Amino acid sequence: MTSTLTISQLTKTFGGTRALSDVSLGLAPGERVALLGHNGAGKSTLMKIILGLIAPDSGQVSVCGAAPGHASARAKVAYLPENATFHSALTGLEQITYYMRLRGEDTSGAMELLDRVGLGFAARRRIGTYSKGMRQRVGLAQALIGRPSLLVLDEPTSGLDPVSRRDFYELLDGLAADGASILLSSHALTEVEARTDRLLILSGGKMVAQGTLSDLRREAALPVALHVTAHNGHDSDILAALPGAIRVHDALHLNCSQEDKLATLGRITALGGKVADLEVIPPSLEDIYSHFSRRDGQ
Amino acid sequence: MIARILATATTEIHIARRNRWVLIAVLLMVVFSLVLSAAGSAPTGALGADRLSVVVASLTSLSVYLVPLVALLMSFDAVAGEVERGTLPLLLTYPVARWEVLAGKLVAHTAILIVAIVAGYGAAAAVTIAADPAALAGLGALWRLTWTSVLLGATFLGIGYALSSMARRVSGAAGLAIGLWLGLVVLYDLGLLAAVVADDGGTFTTRIFPGLLLANPADAFRLFNLSAAQATAAASGVGGAAAAIAPWQSLLSIGLWPLLSLGLAALAFRKVEP
Repeated sequence: MTSTLTISQLTKTFGGTRALSDVSLGLAPGERVALLGHNGAGKSTLMKIILGLIAPDSGQVSVCGAAPGHASARAKVAYLPENATFHSALTGLEQITYYMRLRGEDTSGAMELLDRVGLGFAARRRIGTYSKGMRQRVGLAQALIGRPSLLVLDEPTSGLDPVSRRDFYELLDGLAADGASILLSSHALTEVEARTDRLLILSGGKMVAQGTLSDLRREAALPVALHVTAHNGHDSDILAALPGAIRVHDALHLNCSQEDKLATLGRITALGGKVADLEVIPPSLEDIYSHFSRRDGQ
Repeated sequence: MIARILATATTEIHIARRNRWVLIAVLLMVVFSLVLSAAGSAPTGALGADRLSVVVASLTSLSVYLVPLVALLMSFDAVAGEVERGTLPLLLTYPVARWEVLAGKLVAHTAILIVAIVAGYGAAAAVTIAADPAALAGLGALWRLTWTSVLLGATFLGIGYALSSMARRVSGAAGLAIGLWLGLVVLYDLGLLAAVVADDGGTFTTRIFPGLLLANPADAFRLFNLSAAQATAAASGVGGAAAAIAPWQSLLSIGLWPLLSLGLAALAFRKVEP
């Protein structure tokens, strides 16, 4: 299976500062990949290079078998910019019809496309009267035109309410099932976790981690937090039994590595009636993300 | 290719209609043309030309100012507006060449300009012919004025696109457009006139001056229309020089300028990095 997008050793410098250094990645057909990174990590620059809007300093990029920005690549790639904007004097229908004609698509499907993103009711109103979420949906609608092979989505769910987000990811699932590759950037870590196949973390222009969430969790090897609540008066017994535990308000907090987790749980259960309650808190996606994005650069 | 150019043109016409640009352009041309034809129709008989030719001479002087202004007003926003709104990066990821985008805008803006010019000149001609059927003899001059006005408009549309690409900000592009209009249409002639007066019939007046007139699209337009019509003496400030320049020379300038300015615009747009 040939990949939709291949990038190797990509480097881009803006006036002395390295926006991207030695970035390599590949996207297979049907794969959904999330691109994470703090502001200025190089996400938008990477996307603009893939789209052919800016040229890299060095490295190879191949988009659907062509150079980025080449006419045959542009015909197969859809883009949703961060904070999609359109001419305020046009109606949603006119704007989508225009984009369909540029892609050589039959414009009779414009209304149906707007219905698909839930904008059918406002199709004949000017985009100037739309809310931010509605403009974002016009952006989504134009990214769906003409069955693209690669979708590059820059923070696609910003400005969408939770229900619209769910609908949006369902649309993406359908596209991916049809063989489209999806590269999306996001700050909403929890939704990305459930809805993508792979995560890429950029930090200071470097690719600091890539893999599935469980890969990253294993690689980060962050400790598990245990919160133990003691029955009255048994605090000191428990503290004695669990070296490293500290008292925080009424509970006892303890960190342990993934490997020691079961052994530690065993020791806690052995305390029997002295323990009133126990909470096990695995490292959150935010913790893993911070671990990788701070390891370099900051 | 044609489909993509027409798609852009359709969209631009929607935008111009909503922004009232069509209405403004048509109103400007109609009102000024009618005022001029009313003012210019009084002293006819003495000149020995038909009424319409006299009106055409007045309209030529009007169009030298108004057509470039309307063209620049429509075009200064073309690229800078897209950059400032943030719509350009998305547009450039579509399978459409940059020159096709520009060509689409040109088709739309030229169409609006044609509507405005035809409405303005048409109104002036209708009023004149209604008053004096003999004025029909001037229709040839009117037709010449119409198509040269369209070429003059296209020239300034191209200049507007080029300025818009170079400025990248709407306010900057607007300033450049107004400055260029003042320079080419108003100050250029004043400067030439001052130089001619100071030179007092020397080599500048006989050798350099005609070339400088031809180099300016607005002056070439005025020269061509005034020398082709018989009413040269009636309305031209620099009319004396018109006799020294053959009509084919000014016609060549009128025909080459749109190609030059649109070529410049395409080059400038290619350099815009979204």
